[in-house]
Amino acid sequence: MLNYVVRRILATIPVMAVVALFVFSLLYIAPGDPAAIVAGDQATPADVERIRESLGLDRPFLVRFGEWVWQILHGDLGTSIFTNLPVATMIAQRIEPTLSLMAVTLILAVSVAVPIGVVAAWKADTLIDRGIMALAVLGFSVPVFVVGYLLAYVFALELDWLPVQGYTQLREGLWPWLENLILPAIALGCVYIALIARVTRATMLEVLQQDYIRTARAKGIGQGGILFLHALKNAAVPIVTVIGIGIALLIGGAVVTETVFAIPGIGRLTVDAILRRDYPVIQGIVLLFSFIYVLVNLLIDLLYTLLDPRIRY
Amino acid sequence: MNSPSHATAFATDAVVTASAASDFVAAPELPDILPPVKVRRGLVGFLWRHPAIAIGGALVATMLLIALLAPWLGTVDPTTVAPARRIREPSAAFWFGTDMLGRDIYSRVLYGARVSLGVGFFVALLASLAGLAIGLVSGFLRWADGFVMRVMDGVMSIPPILLAIALMALTRGSVGNVITAITIAEIPRVSRLVRSVVLSLREQPYVDAAVAAGTRTVTILLRHILPNTVAPMTVQATYVCASAMIVEAILSFIGAGTPPTIPSWGNIMAEGRALWQVKPYIVFFPAIFLSVTVLAVNLLGDGLRDALDPRMKKRL
Repeated sequence: MLNYVVRRILATIPVMAVVALFVFSLLYIAPGDPAAIVAGDQATPADVERIRESLGLDRPFLVRFGEWVWQILHGDLGTSIFTNLPVATMIAQRIEPTLSLMAVTLILAVSVAVPIGVVAAWKADTLIDRGIMALAVLGFSVPVFVVGYLLAYVFALELDWLPVQGYTQLREGLWPWLENLILPAIALGCVYIALIARVTRATMLEVLQQDYIRTARAKGIGQGGILFLHALKNAAVPIVTVIGIGIALLIGGAVVTETVFAIPGIGRLTVDAILRRDYPVIQGIVLLFSFIYVLVNLLIDLLYTLLDPRIRY
Repeated sequence: MNSPSHATAFATDAVVTASAASDFVAAPELPDILPPVKVRRGLVGFLWRHPAIAIGGALVATMLLIALLAPWLGTVDPTTVAPARRIREPSAAFWFGTDMLGRDIYSRVLYGARVSLGVGFFVALLASLAGLAIGLVSGFLRWADGFVMRVMDGVMSIPPILLAIALMALTRGSVGNVITAITIAEIPRVSRLVRSVVLSLREQPYVDAAVAAGTRTVTILLRHILPNTVAPMTVQATYVCASAMIVEAILSFIGAGTPPTIPSWGNIMAEGRALWQVKPYIVFFPAIFLSVTVLAVNLLGDGLRDALDPRMKKRL
């Protein structure tokens, strides 16, 4: 067991190395002169040279990559071209709203998607199942900012139940914090709910055909007990896996959701960085969130043994 | 089925019936209680049995026609700026209203279909071709597999929208660059799918037979493996297309996509962003078109999946 944990943790190192190498190489594989593009159209040749130097494009690839990795290992994600602040500091200032949004969305999505997926599997091939699966296709198809605007228009502008935009820090109280996150979390959660519900249904359909489910039914266990205690427990591994994979959707969707709801998080930082062509900030954000994604999935892999004691390494 | 013993049994049966017929009164003919089963054949029958393909296909075809015929559908030049008629509500003259620069939103939305469908189509095509090449090599050549898949795992760990944003930040905004950026972000997923299909195909007896017969690897890949990846690839390509259209809209919406001079659904929404609380129609018209198009492509994909692989039908 410990052997497996150590091996699994070590196995993430090459993945992270590939992520770092790929993110770093983007500067070199981009067509044209990235220094000129980052400097913008009004830049003088001197500006372009200054940017080229600060991006490290004037030095050999491997030398620069080595330095960059060394910096990252020391927690230095580079320096913004626009504000001259360390990228790590800028991200730290903006991370709370983004993590809050993602956490609320995650909790909301899982607590909605798993039950409806279970119900869809239980009522397989009935109108209820068809309805839920049709909603899932809709959830996949309507882009996050469309849902966002629709929700904000109906529930904030027309009905005035919730605030239209903005963010309140958690230390100012739980409800003010949550109030601002409900609509963004629903908008961001749609795709995620659709994804988890579909996988839950598919896995549950398989599990419900097993012999021990028939045994449980023969013993007189109620439908709820069979579905949620016997079947769902055995369907947990694929469901948890897709929850982990879906985090990538949350990270990408958060950028857009924050723009729609004017939440001052990493998404806004990204959009500002795009407008200012502040590449080191974008690079830092991409790298950090890719690492977070890898770590979350590592954690989920390690959770498998807890979820399903049959899995032994 | 046509074993000799069967044939014999059938022959004896026929003899018994023949001899019995002379001794007994023939049974009265049974009333026709079963309603006639109407089996629809051809394209109509196929679409009747797969409503998702019919509905999705019809919607996609409509959008394609709108994109192609945009100049003849009562549109004006979508880039004409007219400050005198800024921010008009939808009316008989301006069906979807006008934006902050007085441009006709109806025309912009119709022309925007070209960008969305074009990006969706080309990303699906290019990502499929690249993913097919990588997946075939990785699935069939053991020595290449480990390395290629580690690279793909790494690239897959970068959330696709962030990867596309990073690529767009380093290039000038153009439709071609948007297509390239989204394609690069989509390739790992397609490669993984092709690889998994190839891995199961290479265990098939006919592949073993080809290997035993001394067929060259390239020929095996092209003649025996490739044709069998077509069905799953077609389904995957529709999903890639749907996802690419959403990513294009997202990139344009946050200012990292198609240049603002080209009307695309994401751009129209980006321009309507500042005013959406007072003039929501600027955002909603492109939003409806985008959602319907993506929904149509997804329906088409689901329908194709069920039609091409009936075993998958019950699962997802």
